[in-house]
Amino acid sequence: MTGLLTLARALAVGYWRDRLALFFSILFPLVFLVIIGGLFGGDTTPRFPVVVVGEVEVFDGLPPQTRAQVDQVLRISHSPDLAEALEQVRRGDQSAAIVQQGSEVVVHYSAGDPTAVGAVRGVVDALVQGANLAAAGQPPRYTVAAEPVEDESLQPIQYLTPGILGWAIAAAASFAAAVTLVSWRQNGLLRRLSLSPVGVPAVVGARVLVSLGIALVQTVVFVGVAAGLFGLRLADSWWLAIPLVLAGTLAFLSIGLLAGAMVKTVETANIVTNVLVIPMAFLSGSFFPLSLAPEWLRTCSLVLPLRHLNDAMQDVLARGVGVASVLPQLLALLGFAVVCSAIAVWRFRWEDA
Amino acid sequence: MPAAAIMARELQKRYGETVAVDGVSFEVETGEFFGLLGPNGAGKTTTLEIIEGLRRPDAGEATVLGMPSWPRNPALRPRIGVQLQTSAFFERLTAAEQIAAFARLYRVPASRATAMLAAFGLADKAGTRVEQLSGGQRQRLSIACALVHDPEVVFLDEPTAGLDPQARRNLWDLLRGINADGRTVILTTHYLDEAEVLCQRVAIMDHGRILRCGTPAELIRDAGAVSRITVESGRLDADELRKRFPEATVREDGDALVIATRDPGTVLTELAGRDAVRGLSVRGATLEDAFIALTGREYRP
Repeated sequence: MTGLLTLARALAVGYWRDRLALFFSILFPLVFLVIIGGLFGGDTTPRFPVVVVGEVEVFDGLPPQTRAQVDQVLRISHSPDLAEALEQVRRGDQSAAIVQQGSEVVVHYSAGDPTAVGAVRGVVDALVQGANLAAAGQPPRYTVAAEPVEDESLQPIQYLTPGILGWAIAAAASFAAAVTLVSWRQNGLLRRLSLSPVGVPAVVGARVLVSLGIALVQTVVFVGVAAGLFGLRLADSWWLAIPLVLAGTLAFLSIGLLAGAMVKTVETANIVTNVLVIPMAFLSGSFFPLSLAPEWLRTCSLVLPLRHLNDAMQDVLARGVGVASVLPQLLALLGFAVVCSAIAVWRFRWEDA
Repeated sequence: MPAAAIMARELQKRYGETVAVDGVSFEVETGEFFGLLGPNGAGKTTTLEIIEGLRRPDAGEATVLGMPSWPRNPALRPRIGVQLQTSAFFERLTAAEQIAAFARLYRVPASRATAMLAAFGLADKAGTRVEQLSGGQRQRLSIACALVHDPEVVFLDEPTAGLDPQARRNLWDLLRGINADGRTVILTTHYLDEAEVLCQRVAIMDHGRILRCGTPAELIRDAGAVSRITVESGRLDADELRKRFPEATVREDGDALVIATRDPGTVLTELAGRDAVRGLSVRGATLEDAFIALTGREYRP
């Protein structure tokens, strides 16, 4: 026990003094959250810029309530000069230029962005028809009422927080295991320790202990910032995140141990863990929802431990499901850790051949 | 009569086609300072690592303090101290934290770690991280870590490799001190002068075999190595000296006379009797001469 704690202390002090490792495991993921949160956050549907040239009655005479609805879809600017407006459309600065010629409303658009064209035409058609109805003096026969529904899809911050946190934990744990194993093998510390009263279990145990601690710190800092600054709302079952994070860390440590057992230098260990972790993060939906991915990719990604961690963390942090719902993922993570560690032990070397 | 602290019998180790250790046998008495001397690739380190229990020999057997080295023996670990060729340190710890960690691993009090740091002249470097220590300081720290638990047998693998002459001499004083405390010390070195100065007995290794084993003086004498006596030539006649000492080689070298002999005592007595010792210098035979005599080739570390 003394041996284990001594080694754990040495590792923890070494980690705390490694400013680069601190940055990449704690600060860098926060930077990612800010950037990706900024990209997806706020306006989820983009507004299309249109320029209204001169007087266009269907736009100019709108009641404030209708105008507010239109503004949700279009960003309207005005210009007196048709030639200049058309040039802006050509350059792509504006989705469309709208001009009234007699009783005709003309929409000049670029064919480059069909979504924008559809949206702009839909709005203009609706406004023109509304104006026609008003001009005819008849009450409308049909109206539309819109009601929002709580659906399965989450606000960006709700899925980005577990996803980026999962990636950060995966990167830190696998990197730490690989680099510790390789550098201790390279500088002879592994062999030196094998001649001291501590055994291999203490060496591995110390690495596991310190990495579990780091993962918990990452979780607290990350969820704290997401909740404090980006409006993440924690569900009641948030505490289930703790066993999930610990199980996930074990799985990622085992990846690092395996990588460390296969390579010789710290530089290669660094590259190999990156090559493993970054694609895993994308395929596990860390940076964008997997619902955007094709079905076969989603099926394949079930072999990745990060996929299970991300799914389970979204469930407990944002959706508030119970223990029973995340038990399969928890077992998948632990199972992965056992299998991968077993291979790592089989491939273990005390020194470079 | 104390038992041998270290016993190696017919050790063999090969890596693929290369035979690293080819039938090495020797014993080291308790309290002895023993050296394995040889050029790089002679098999010194592999021999040492087999005895430490780091490697399993293909054949043969090694015991330390009466216990077999292989399979690794937990009871042996607290009783041996090991300094490896690479300085095996925890990254980013200070010198004090480093040795304190080893003290805890061996369950010895922290005060012992502080004392060892001071004994190895590193007290003023206590707060310096291991990465910032000089080569000599790193070696001293590495040896201090190997000694923190007061082991009975100390293994040092090329402790002065890569150090400047001043640092080497400082380290020699410390190493003599370790042995003076009654510990058994075995070291590998490719420096002939180091083996000659430090070791009570030396085994000269080359190509995985021990060529000769004995005290430095024995090795030099047995190799038939000669001493070279140089005096001013004015008072002496070279031909007469050649008749007087037929076994010696007498050579005139400008105004100096060089007498190469296996029996420097008799020659010196004669020279003193004739009052012919102006400008006298004597260069004794060295282990280098012994090595050349044994292998028939220049010594290249």
